[in-house]
Amino acid sequence: MKVQVVKAILASNDEVAQENRAAFDANGILALNVMASPGAGKTSLILATSQRLPAHLRPAVIEGDLASSIDADTLAAHHIPVVQINTGGNCHLDAPMIRSAMPHLPLADIELLMVENVGNLVCPANFALGTHLSIVVASVPEGHDKPYKYPGMFSAVDAVVLNKADLKEVFEFDLDFFRRGIEMLKPSMPLFEVSCRTGAGLDAWVHWLATQYQPVAPAAASVAQ
Amino acid sequence: MHELPVTQGILSVAIEAAEQAGGRRIVAIDLVIGTLSSIVDDSVQFYFDILSRGTLADGAVLRFRREPAILVCWDCDYRTQVVAPLPALCSACGSTRLILRDGQEFFVEAIEIEEPPPEESNNESSSRQGNSGEQ
Repeated sequence: MKVQVVKAILASNDEVAQENRAAFDANGILALNVMASPGAGKTSLILATSQRLPAHLRPAVIEGDLASSIDADTLAAHHIPVVQINTGGNCHLDAPMIRSAMPHLPLADIELLMVENVGNLVCPANFALGTHLSIVVASVPEGHDKPYKYPGMFSAVDAVVLNKADLKEVFEFDLDFFRRGIEMLKPSMPLFEVSCRTGAGLDAWVHWLATQYQPVAPAAASVAQ
Repeated sequence: MHELPVTQGILSVAIEAAEQAGGRRIVAIDLVIGTLSSIVDDSVQFYFDILSRGTLADGAVLRFRREPAILVCWDCDYRTQVVAPLPALCSACGSTRLILRDGQEFFVEAIEIEEPPPEESNNESSSRQGNSGEQ
C-alpha cells in the first residue's frame, strides 16, 4: 500500500532553521551564511566587512571549524563577538548547531550575524541555517570553472564574492567565463569582485550588504497588531 | 559527503509518515533526488541498513528516482540533460547564453507500507467462505 509523503529529506533541519530565523527577526538581526572552499578567504572577508560596516550595523560571528579555534581567535583579537562551533570533523554546519550557539551571543547588541560555514563547496549548500542570506566566497586561484563544477553551491546563494581579484592576471582568470557560469544558474546574481588584501571592491560589497538590512521593528509590529 | 544526516532525514520522514498511516511496517521508500544533489545512492543504502534496524523501516528498500538537470539555450531553445561540470556552450548552436533548470530535487515522495493487518483480511476471507457455502 502506497502512502504519498512529498516531504523534504532534511525537514527536521529546516524546522529548526525556521526557529532560528524567527529568533533573528525578533532581535532585529540580519544573518548571513558565508560558504566557500578552504582558503578562499571567508575569515578575511568577515574581518574586512566588520571593519567597514556602518555604525548602526554591529557585527558578531559564529565560526564553524572542524577542530581549531584559529579563525575565532583572529576575530576575537579584533574585538568582534565570536562563538566557535567545532563540528568535530563534520563537513557542514546545520540549524541545530546555530541554535545551540545563539545563547552565547549578545543578541540584543548586534545587528549583523555572520556565520562562517565549514570550508566545503558541496555539503553546506544543502543545510539551511535560518540565515536571511547566503553567499559563496570564490577566489581567483581556485579557477574560473568553479560555478560549472559546483552548481549546487552556486545556485543556492544570494550573492557571489570573488576574492583575491588582484591576482586575476597572474592566474589568467577569465572573469566573463566565471560570470556566465553563475548567470546560467541565476541570471540576476550579484557578483562582487574584491581583494581583502588591498581592500579593492569591499565598499561596494559592504554597501550591498547594508542595504539588505531591513529589520522588522518589534515596537512597530506590535502597534500594527 | 553528508550521507549520514541525509539518511537520518529519510528515516525520520518515512517513519513519521508510516506512524500517521497506522504504524505498519515500511516495505519501500521512494526518493526523488536531482542529479546535481551530491548524494551517493549506495552510501545512503549502506547507512540506511544500519540506522533502520529495529524501526518500522527495518528491511525497507530505498528506490531512487534521479531527476535530470536540464540546460536550456536562450538563443535556440535547445534542451539537454547535463551533469556537473556543466558545459559552457550550447551543444546545438554554440551560444553561451544558457540557463539551468531542475536537478536539485531532494525529497521523500512516498512510502510503501504493509497491507492492512490480518484480522481485516480474515473477516474478508470468512465472508467469502460464507458466500461460497451458500452456493
